Amino acid sequence: MKITPQEISHVANLARLHLSREETEAMALQLDEILTYVAKLNELDTRSVPPTTHAISIVNAFRKDEVKPSLPRDKALANGPKQNGEAFVVPRVI
Amino acid sequence: MSLHRLTIHELREMLDGRQVSAVELTRDVLQRIEKVEDRVKAYITLDPEGALKRAEASDAELKKGTGGPLCGIPFSIKDVLCTDGMRTTCGSRILENFVPPYDATAIVKLKAAGAVLLGKVSMDEFAMGSTSENCAFGPPRNPWDTEYICGGSSGGSAASVAADECIASLGTDTGGSIRQPASHCGVVGLKPTYGRVSRYGLVAFASSLDQAGPLTKDVTDCALMMNVISGHDAKDSTSVDQKVPDYRIALTEGLQGTKVGIPREYFIKGLDPEVETAVRQGINSLREAGAEIVEVSLPHNDYCVAVYYIVAPAEASSNLARYDGVRYGFRDRSSDTLLDIYKNSRSFGFGDEVKRRIIIGTYALSSGYYDAYYKKASQVRTLITEDFKKVFETCDVLASPVTPTPAWKLAEKIDDPLSLYLSDILTISANLAGIPGISVPCGFSSAGLPIGLQIQASHFQEEKLLRAAYNLEQRMNISHLRPKNL
Repeated sequence: MKITPQEISHVANLARLHLSREETEAMALQLDEILTYVAKLNELDTRSVPPTTHAISIVNAFRKDEVKPSLPRDKALANGPKQNGEAFVVPRVI
Repeated sequence: MSLHRLTIHELREMLDGRQVSAVELTRDVLQRIEKVEDRVKAYITLDPEGALKRAEASDAELKKGTGGPLCGIPFSIKDVLCTDGMRTTCGSRILENFVPPYDATAIVKLKAAGAVLLGKVSMDEFAMGSTSENCAFGPPRNPWDTEYICGGSSGGSAASVAADECIASLGTDTGGSIRQPASHCGVVGLKPTYGRVSRYGLVAFASSLDQAGPLTKDVTDCALMMNVISGHDAKDSTSVDQKVPDYRIALTEGLQGTKVGIPREYFIKGLDPEVETAVRQGINSLREAGAEIVEVSLPHNDYCVAVYYIVAPAEASSNLARYDGVRYGFRDRSSDTLLDIYKNSRSFGFGDEVKRRIIIGTYALSSGYYDAYYKKASQVRTLITEDFKKVFETCDVLASPVTPTPAWKLAEKIDDPLSLYLSDILTISANLAGIPGISVPCGFSSAGLPIGLQIQASHFQEEKLLRAAYNLEQRMNISHLRPKNL
């Protein structure tokens, strides 16, 4: 399997990244090399092996549904690159 | 007297005995930073005034006798843990001006124990890397030889401890990022069991693998820090509600009756002969301390890098979707549509390695490839975990190298991602299985660079691990050595 620059462009768009043509080409070669290495996983028969979703066996962590103090609005907005004191501001979407 | 050279436990005695004040100690460490920092470059953000204020408060508490176990001790913090009011960059341009509105739980606990925070230390961007060269603000250097890498991703933590630019540090480990720089810098570094230390406020890289832990000058300090940072946190649903023992008590016993397994697969082809010699000497010391040495096998270890470089980027690609230029972090001001804000902010804000991992992860999770990559890797992850389960039925701890080679020169491997990924082959499995692992100094290469020995144990068996580490340290008697030319 060869990863093409077109595939990289498609994936970059999904990941909301712009890549230059040089970056795209370099990334295609590197991803190809990495996936070729990863293909060694196919040496193993895992048909009857359950996937690990969590490193240690814990069950659902439930807690009481209680209202607790949360971040005040001014603090929550403080790092926003553009905000109006009530909300984060972005260009019109619809 | 060089206060900065001492350990937490030595300094706590002196502080309690009023032989030194917290302000004197903090000043001494700040002077040390001033003297060596232009060569080590460990710090991204330094807060001398804040530190001296904390030290004054510590002195007041010490006077009253109410000081916590870390009262007055100057710490550095990896710049991936949120600190209230102190810039937290994750080594990334995208968070260059991010000032968190709250403390990570581990930071809350350190502060409650009286720790004096000096500042935030360097790391690979978003903890992705093995050399700390992926830091957007320039790489930290190895204090033993500043031409060499200090390891990563907690490179600033390890370098600041080795250079005596702090007394101890808090780092994080997703695939070896505490143990590997600890090994390269000749300090002690522990990755706790997944769930032992809260991840709340630890900026996420790969959530099923990330864990915070201590980097210290000796094993006793490591135990003292574990006493403080461990425990359940309602704010992290993956933290585990299990009693926290006094880890220092674990250090008082010898190793009679302890079985130390030597995983044959860790002595791989390509293992540097000097590393092997140092580690074999370390294993001998464990035997002399009373341990029984047995050879064991972890047959699936050879697959750990392949599993990791699917699972970790997959989780990262999802976690890093939050950097959108809207709520925090860098925004490209020239963009006038939302989509352009996303793309331009992220493309400028992220460095090459972060982009590479986002691409790998997005590809592995994208339509049509999920079963072939993510699911397959998660299944092999199960096999790796089962290997450990089986091995820990026959032995208490495992001893091995931490890294296949000593530190290498800066820029030597920067253009070869796969070869860098493969250098993590001895540390990644612990993260995949969620078990604890520690690096303890066990020797030096002929070039004078430190070499660490890794000890791993089963889930929540940090006491066994620290006991073995302490016995090793006592017999090797090299933890007090410091770089000569700094």
